[in-house]
Amino acid sequence: MTQRPLLAVAALAAALGLGLGASAHAETTQAPLKDVHWSFDSPVGMYNQEQLQRGYKVYHEVCSACHSMNLVAFRNLADKGGPFWNPAYPNPNDNPVAKALAAQAQYDTIDSETGQPTKRPGTTADYFPSPFPNETAARAANNGALPPDMSLLAAAREGGARYIYSIVTGDGTTPPAGLQVPDGKYYDPYMPGDLTSFWKGDPNKVPVGGFIAMPPPLVDDRVTFDDGTKATLDQEARDVAAFLAWASDPTADERKQLGVEVMIFLLVFTGLLYASYRSIWRKVGH
Amino acid sequence: MTEHKSTYEPKSGFERWLDSRLPIVRFSADLMSFPTPRNLNYWYTFGGILAFCLVVQIVTGIVLAMHYDTSEAGAFISVQRGIMRDVNYGWLIRGIHANGASMFFLAVYLHILRGMYYGSYKAPREVLWWIGCVIYVLMMATAFMGYVLPWGQMSFWGAKVITNLLGAFPVVGNAITTLLWGGFSVGGPTLNRFFSLHYLLPFVIAGMVALHVWALHVPGNNNPTGVEVKSDHDTLPFHPYYTVKDLFAIMVFVILFAVVVFFIPDAFEKVDNNVVANALVTPAHIVPEWYLLPFYAILRAIPDKLSGVLALAGAIAMLFALPFLDQNKVKSMRYRPAARMYFFIWIVFCLILGWCGSQEPQGTVIPGGAGPVIIDYGINSVTWLARVSTAYYFAYFLIITPLLAMSEKTLPVPDALFMPVLSKSAAPAE
Repeated sequence: MTQRPLLAVAALAAALGLGLGASAHAETTQAPLKDVHWSFDSPVGMYNQEQLQRGYKVYHEVCSACHSMNLVAFRNLADKGGPFWNPAYPNPNDNPVAKALAAQAQYDTIDSETGQPTKRPGTTADYFPSPFPNETAARAANNGALPPDMSLLAAAREGGARYIYSIVTGDGTTPPAGLQVPDGKYYDPYMPGDLTSFWKGDPNKVPVGGFIAMPPPLVDDRVTFDDGTKATLDQEARDVAAFLAWASDPTADERKQLGVEVMIFLLVFTGLLYASYRSIWRKVGH
Repeated sequence: MTEHKSTYEPKSGFERWLDSRLPIVRFSADLMSFPTPRNLNYWYTFGGILAFCLVVQIVTGIVLAMHYDTSEAGAFISVQRGIMRDVNYGWLIRGIHANGASMFFLAVYLHILRGMYYGSYKAPREVLWWIGCVIYVLMMATAFMGYVLPWGQMSFWGAKVITNLLGAFPVVGNAITTLLWGGFSVGGPTLNRFFSLHYLLPFVIAGMVALHVWALHVPGNNNPTGVEVKSDHDTLPFHPYYTVKDLFAIMVFVILFAVVVFFIPDAFEKVDNNVVANALVTPAHIVPEWYLLPFYAILRAIPDKLSGVLALAGAIAMLFALPFLDQNKVKSMRYRPAARMYFFIWIVFCLILGWCGSQEPQGTVIPGGAGPVIIDYGINSVTWLARVSTAYYFAYFLIITPLLAMSEKTLPVPDALFMPVLSKSAAPAE
C-alpha cells in the first residue's frame, strides 16, 4: 500500500517522459519487406526475359482472374525488353506469340452489316481485357474489396517488386493467437495496417501488418512453367513480381542502356569544355 | 561601374543598313562583350544554369502538351499510357520535365543563397533582386500546378490541400477557391485551369527573366568581394570568358541531371501518384514536393489556419524585404563573420524545416516518446521542432539581420575586387 504514491509518480514520469505521445494514437505498421533480389535491381540491371515470360504466365493464369491491367496492350509483350520480344519481329504487331495471346481474348464489337453487338478475337493492339465489366461488379465478386489494376502496381507501392513478393508470400500467414481475423480477410504481416482493434492480447504487442481481402493466391505448382523451371511458391512470386515491375516500367532497360551512352558522351564533352575553359582563362588573372 | 560603350562595328552593307533600323546585332554583340567582374566564382554560374533549366522545361513541356489530355477521365491515362509507354521517348521527355522541376529548384535555391551570401540584393541591385523574387514565386506556382497535371492521388490531394488554404481568408476566401476550382471542389475544371496556367506562367517567367537580365546589365554583376567595379582592369568581356565557364558549369549540372533522369527517375516521386486521383480515398500522408517542404512546415507550425497561411506568405515576403532589412554597406559576408555565422545557421534551420515538412506533425524527433505536451503537441514532436525553426527563420530576417547591420564589426574590405599582386597566376592581363 505504501508503494502506491511512488508507483503513481513513476507512472506519471514515464508517461510524460516516454510513452504519452506514442501511445496516444494508433499507427500503421508493416513487417520489414523480405530481402529478395532481381536482375533489374541495380541502376544498370536489366530484366531477365525468361523470368518475365514465367511472370506473365503467373499473371495470366492466376492474377488476371481478378486484377485488370488496362495500360498494357498485347503488342507491349513483344516490345523490345518485353517478355516475348523477338529480334526477328522488330514490329511487335508481327510477333506470333503476341498475336496468339491476343487472339485468345474476346472483345465487344458490332457486326459491320447489322450493327448488332457481337464479339471478335483480340488483336495485338488491344489492351488486356478486364476481368470485370466495372468496379461494382469487381467488388461484388470479391467480398466488397476492389482488386487494384496491376499496370502500375509495382510503381504505386513503396518497395515495388519486393513489396509485391512480400505481400504474395505473406498472404495467409497464420495469425498470432489473439488476433481476430474478420470473415473474408487474411492476415498479412507485409500489408500496411493497424490491427489494434482486432487484437485481444497484450496492447503493447499488437502484431505488425494488416488484413488483405485477397486469398493466398499462389501455392507450389500453381502453374507449370514452359521452360521447365520448378514452380515453387517462391519462384512464382519472384517471377510475377518481376513481370509486374516490367509492366510498371517497361522502358527501364532502354532507359538504363541509353543512360550509359549519354553519360559517356557527357563526361567526354564536359572534359573538353573544362580544357577549353582552362585554355581561355590561362592568360588572365582571376 | 564604368559605362559599357558599344564596340560593335557593322561590317557589311546589310549590317549597316540593319543597324540604323533595328540594331539587334549590336544588341547581341554588346550582350556578349558585357564587362563582367573577373573574380566571379562557380556560385555565379547558376544564372546560366537556370536559363538552361527554363529552356529545357519549356521545350519538353511543349512536347508533353502535344500528347496530354486535359480531361479528368483522360489525364492520368494520357500520361501513364500515352506518354510513358506509347510516345517515342515519351518516358525520357517526361523524365526530364518532371525531374527538371527538382533540378530547377535545386539551382534556384543555390542562386538565391549565393545572392544572400554576397549581398547581391543591396544597392544598386534591389530591383534585380525583387524581379528574382517574383520569378521564384512564379516558379512555385508553376511547379505546383504542373504537379497536379498527371492527376494521380498526390496531384489531386496536393491541389485540394493547397487550394483549400486560400479558403481561410475571411470574406473573399470562398470566392477565391470557387474561382480557382471552377466549381465547388477540385475536379475536371480545376485540372483544365491548372493546365492552362501551367502553360502560360513559364512564358511570364521568361519575360521576367529578360527583365532580370536587363536589371543585371544596368549596375553590372556583383562579385564575391562585393566591391563595385572601378576600372576596366576589374572586368573581362562576358564572351569568351564567362560563356565557357558557364557552359562548363551547365554541363556538370547536366551530368547530375542525367544521373537522375536515367538511373533514378523516380527519386523525387511519391508512389501514390501512380494511383489515379480518387476523391473518395485520402492518401495516408499528403506531402508536397521537396522544394516546397520548408514552407509547408511553416504553414503547419501555426495552429490557426489563416495565421498559418499568412506565415507562409510572410516567409516568402521576407526575401522581398531583405534589401530593407539589411542596411549594412558591406555586401559580401566574406567580411561579415557574424552575419555569415547566423546565415549558415539559417540555412540549417531551412533544411530542418524541410525535414519537418516531410514528417507527420505528431511524429517524434528523437526516437522515443513525444515528451510532455505543450499546448497541443509533445516537446519532442516534429511540430515543435518546426515551431522553433520557424521562429529562427523569422528572427533571422526581422531581428538578427537589422541588428547586425547596425552593430556588426566588419572585416576590412579590399579596395578593388581584383588585385593582381595577390593573384596566384603570374601575369596579369594587359
